[in-house]
Amino acid sequence: MTSPVFQADTQDVATLRFTGTLDARQAGDLWQAAHRAARGAGHIILDARAVTQLDSAGAALLVSLARDRAEWIEPEAAAPRAVLKRFRDGLGPPRPPPARRPFAPISRIGHTALLLLGRLGERLTFLGEAIIAGAGLLPRPWRLRWVEVLRHLDEAGTRAFPLCMLLGTLIGVILAFQASIPMRQFGAEIFIPQLVGISLTRELGPLLAGVILAGRTGSAYAAELGTMRVNEEVDALRIMGLDPMSWLVLPRILAATLVMPVLAMVMNVTGLIGMGIVMGVLGYPPSAVLSQLVQWLALGDLAGGLGKAAVFGLAIGYIGCRAGLSAGRGPRAVGDAATAAVVGGIVALVVLDGIFAVLFFRLGW
Amino acid sequence: MTDSVITAEGVAMRFGPNLVFQDVTFDVQRGEVFVILGGSGCGKSTLLKLLIGLLPPSAGDIRILGEDLTHLSGKARRALLGRIGVMWQSGALLGSLSLAENVMLPIEAHTRLPESARRLIALSKLGLVGLGDAAERLPAEISGGMLKRAGIARAMALDPEILFLDEPSAGLDPITSAGLDDLILTLARETGTTFVVVTHELQSILAIGDRCIMLDKEAKGLIAEGDPRKLRDEGTHPTVRAFFRREAKPGG
Repeated sequence: MTSPVFQADTQDVATLRFTGTLDARQAGDLWQAAHRAARGAGHIILDARAVTQLDSAGAALLVSLARDRAEWIEPEAAAPRAVLKRFRDGLGPPRPPPARRPFAPISRIGHTALLLLGRLGERLTFLGEAIIAGAGLLPRPWRLRWVEVLRHLDEAGTRAFPLCMLLGTLIGVILAFQASIPMRQFGAEIFIPQLVGISLTRELGPLLAGVILAGRTGSAYAAELGTMRVNEEVDALRIMGLDPMSWLVLPRILAATLVMPVLAMVMNVTGLIGMGIVMGVLGYPPSAVLSQLVQWLALGDLAGGLGKAAVFGLAIGYIGCRAGLSAGRGPRAVGDAATAAVVGGIVALVVLDGIFAVLFFRLGW
Repeated sequence: MTDSVITAEGVAMRFGPNLVFQDVTFDVQRGEVFVILGGSGCGKSTLLKLLIGLLPPSAGDIRILGEDLTHLSGKARRALLGRIGVMWQSGALLGSLSLAENVMLPIEAHTRLPESARRLIALSKLGLVGLGDAAERLPAEISGGMLKRAGIARAMALDPEILFLDEPSAGLDPITSAGLDDLILTLARETGTTFVVVTHELQSILAIGDRCIMLDKEAKGLIAEGDPRKLRDEGTHPTVRAFFRREAKPGG
């Protein structure tokens, strides 16, 4: 039998003797036992003289046992000697451990602050470039790729209609049903159209349409532009003298800005239809619902909501494009960019909505 | 007596109605550097995928180390996969793992070695291909040549008997490419590893190839087999002559 064996001296010197085949299987079996035998010994004699076959795993076992405190007896056979030599060559001379940085937590805070400032700078630069590119196109609007704008209007808008209609109707139904429970106690069910109408047109319509746009379109922008960046298509555009801002970013941002009020309107209308269905179930005729809506809904509510929606679209388009064009290299980059676009888009929605709420309150709208 | 590690008998491959090649027969001897060459689109990489069992051939029989990989399953397939290594054209390293972790992957899959042992082997393999200092870097942080070398290190992790290399020199500068050729030759001579190299880089073919086969898109099969230097000097097939003399194809 040629299985490896040990001889461990109980004194200060541990003699580890291996014979026969020392391959991945043997090394795996022996790893713990061999290291246990070597542990605590001041001096190790590593006797590999009788090893006849060795692979990288076996060499790893021998080298890990030896480190810098062993006396080696090399294999006699040429093949295992060559494997051992190659393994040592690959590892090279032992490297010193990395030097510890003084005040590591403080320097980490500094690094993080610099990183955040750098990211803020990148965002502002991108915004500035987009504004300059947009302003440059104002006197020459024909230079914008309108075909691309139309394509993105179709992708972000027309194709999102079914989803908006479905969600809008369901939200209207849910809001009306939920509102009916407390309002019934006061005999105020007739005011449900007013409540749902104002909620939808001022807040929920634009907000939910924004969530749909961020999830569908913002992520698509980031993934598409991120892939183009990874494939060096963006660099190719730059080298051809074409500005990626005008070619790639502005058509998308413009499409998102234009399409958002439409999606919000679809959301509003289908939400009101959903509410109307619930009112019908509760026994109120359509004429009563309509008269409530006409009496209480002001054009300003609708216009304010649609104006907000356009700003939401602008922000989502900007964030999606920025995430895509700042994607890193490698397969994770595109996924990270899409995630950043959705998360950033939704956070921006809520922040902007809060700003609008304060603004409208101040203006008395 | 010959010691064939790969035998291919009458292999054909078609995708739907499109025939890529047919009647491809050859064998690869233990320890040799065997080159599969041919022009773009002739089916070199497809043949490699057939050899490593990723695609089943439409017809014919392929045996790797005496086994038919496409019909093996379970432990037997796993054991055979542990005896071969593949370097992909793009490196195919997992982007979320460092180079060392990439090299440790096959060791983890095929052995019971602890992490310290896997890491030690990975560092040694990376050192052998000149990437000892880049072990903790991510694939996105290194150059194309380094990616290829890391791919070779991962393919060598289990000391395979056969190493398949898909276009190892493609996209590399001549110095890096020559370094890679040297590495392949050294490994072949020192470890007795059999190399199957898919390439159309003439310099590499002549530098490392013990034997080669040449596929042709129009002939839809093999048009030459033998020592690449002999084919260069004595080849009679017009495509073979054009390939080795870097000429435009007659009538092409």
